[in-house]
Amino acid sequence: MDRIEPKIVPLGESAVVVEFGRVISEDLNQQATGLAKYLAENPFTGFVEAVPAYASTTVFFDPHLLYPADGIGGSISSSIISKINDAINTMTTGDAASAAVIDIPATFDLESGPDLEFVAAESGLSIDDVIELFTSSSYRVFMIGFLPGFAYMGEVDDRIALPRKQQPRQRVPKGSIGIAGRQTGIYPLESPGGWQLIGRTKIELFTPHAERPTLFQPGDLVRFVPA
Amino acid sequence: MSIVVIKEGMLSTVQDLGRVGYRRFGINPGGVMDRTSTKVVNYLLGNDADAAVIELHFPAGSFQFEKECVFAIGGADLGAELDNKKVETFTAARATHGSILKFRQRRDGNRAYLAVAGGFDCERWLGSASTNMRAELGGFHGRRLRASDRIEFAASAESRSAVGTAIGPSLRHSFASPATIRVTAGPEFDVLTAVCEQRLFESTYEISRHSDRMGFRLSGEPLFRLNDSEMLSSGVTFGTVQLLPDGQMIVLMADHQTTGGYPRIVTVASVDLPVLAQMAAGDRVSFKLITIEEAERESCELERSFAFLRFGVRNRSAGVL
Repeated sequence: MDRIEPKIVPLGESAVVVEFGRVISEDLNQQATGLAKYLAENPFTGFVEAVPAYASTTVFFDPHLLYPADGIGGSISSSIISKINDAINTMTTGDAASAAVIDIPATFDLESGPDLEFVAAESGLSIDDVIELFTSSSYRVFMIGFLPGFAYMGEVDDRIALPRKQQPRQRVPKGSIGIAGRQTGIYPLESPGGWQLIGRTKIELFTPHAERPTLFQPGDLVRFVPA
Repeated sequence: MSIVVIKEGMLSTVQDLGRVGYRRFGINPGGVMDRTSTKVVNYLLGNDADAAVIELHFPAGSFQFEKECVFAIGGADLGAELDNKKVETFTAARATHGSILKFRQRRDGNRAYLAVAGGFDCERWLGSASTNMRAELGGFHGRRLRASDRIEFAASAESRSAVGTAIGPSLRHSFASPATIRVTAGPEFDVLTAVCEQRLFESTYEISRHSDRMGFRLSGEPLFRLNDSEMLSSGVTFGTVQLLPDGQMIVLMADHQTTGGYPRIVTVASVDLPVLAQMAAGDRVSFKLITIEEAERESCELERSFAFLRFGVRNRSAGVL
């Protein structure tokens, strides 16, 4: 397959960022999550953790276990980068076997979705049309970040893709469903937030004492089911 | 086997070196702001580097010991007094049953670490006692300490370090402001214009009021980007310096989010992160660019001196020194 060489650069002395690309795409996301999975299953000495994002993977390691760097004049980072390049050439990409289709029952009304009216007005649609458009698609989980269990999902129909609020809310209730550009997400905990809120779910996204503490993982497909 | 909060402090939380290995679930490592002081004060007491400590900010409130123990305070000098007698920082001291620990005035630094021999016994979540206040988990019921909270000691283990043992100056960092903070180039360093790259290393920046355990916002000469292309969210770490749309910077600190969507222009070298972590609003910093090799060497040298300290304390208690 014709692929651009990923760019691998240090993020301080105990992490490197592997950038596969700069756009939201399923293929780039599969490479990012594929690398994270491969490294977790085939860790190099000093490996701590790999965090996949939209089109990049950040790899954390403990440089103290690798000091002094092997080779002549090389840095620990450069030896890590060559190990990661080897991993990229060996790994197979694709979504995790455990990736699932997950239905999220949710309420879409003015109380649970305080920005529904704004989204409807801005997009020139009725509230019912906004809900219909939003719930008729399924959304890929691209990455987990921001809060424990917060999934960045996409892509939202262009007609209802609106930017974040100018002034973020101090308190977004737990379970709120929001839109930011072509992304959608659900707040697993009460937190400040700037996404346009259109609904709410009672499903727990974050189960702190479970072996896998988050409901979603990259590659999952999420469907919203109006309650 | 415990210590009780008599008077609530400004922000007192149980922390350790953090919750490592769960960033991919959006769970941030958290942990202490000043990792060097925490490791040093723990080693001084014969503890593991990762033993739970209480991170204090001035005014730090007061505590009562409910059991005789050996304790020490690392990091900032907040004018600690035990039963009205001065307690030097980074010095092992004995508290008796009923002793009262107070903090009179802030002299140097902004975050002090109260450690007891054996560590504190707190709620561990995903392997760490660090307090995650957002998720309300870990540490003391996932929240800051309040009056009448009782924090248990982990073990009755007598300190391996003799009372009076102190840490020499080589493992204490400076509290001077302005401080020169060493940084390495970040993944998006090249978004800066040449003029702004120069400005970044020639200007002095002030830590703004809008600074907390999540991040320190800096104010100073704004920096401009070559272009305004949107960036996809990607991994960040403790010490990542992001360039915000208004041209100002934010340094991500212990409670930062796991991912971010602003250009990561530089990363604070881990050896200088504790120096920055001891600063507060109004303090000033300048940045010096170093290579990743230098940052690695400095970090590994510091780790070696921790190993010497640990051995020194253990051997001393065994009567070897």
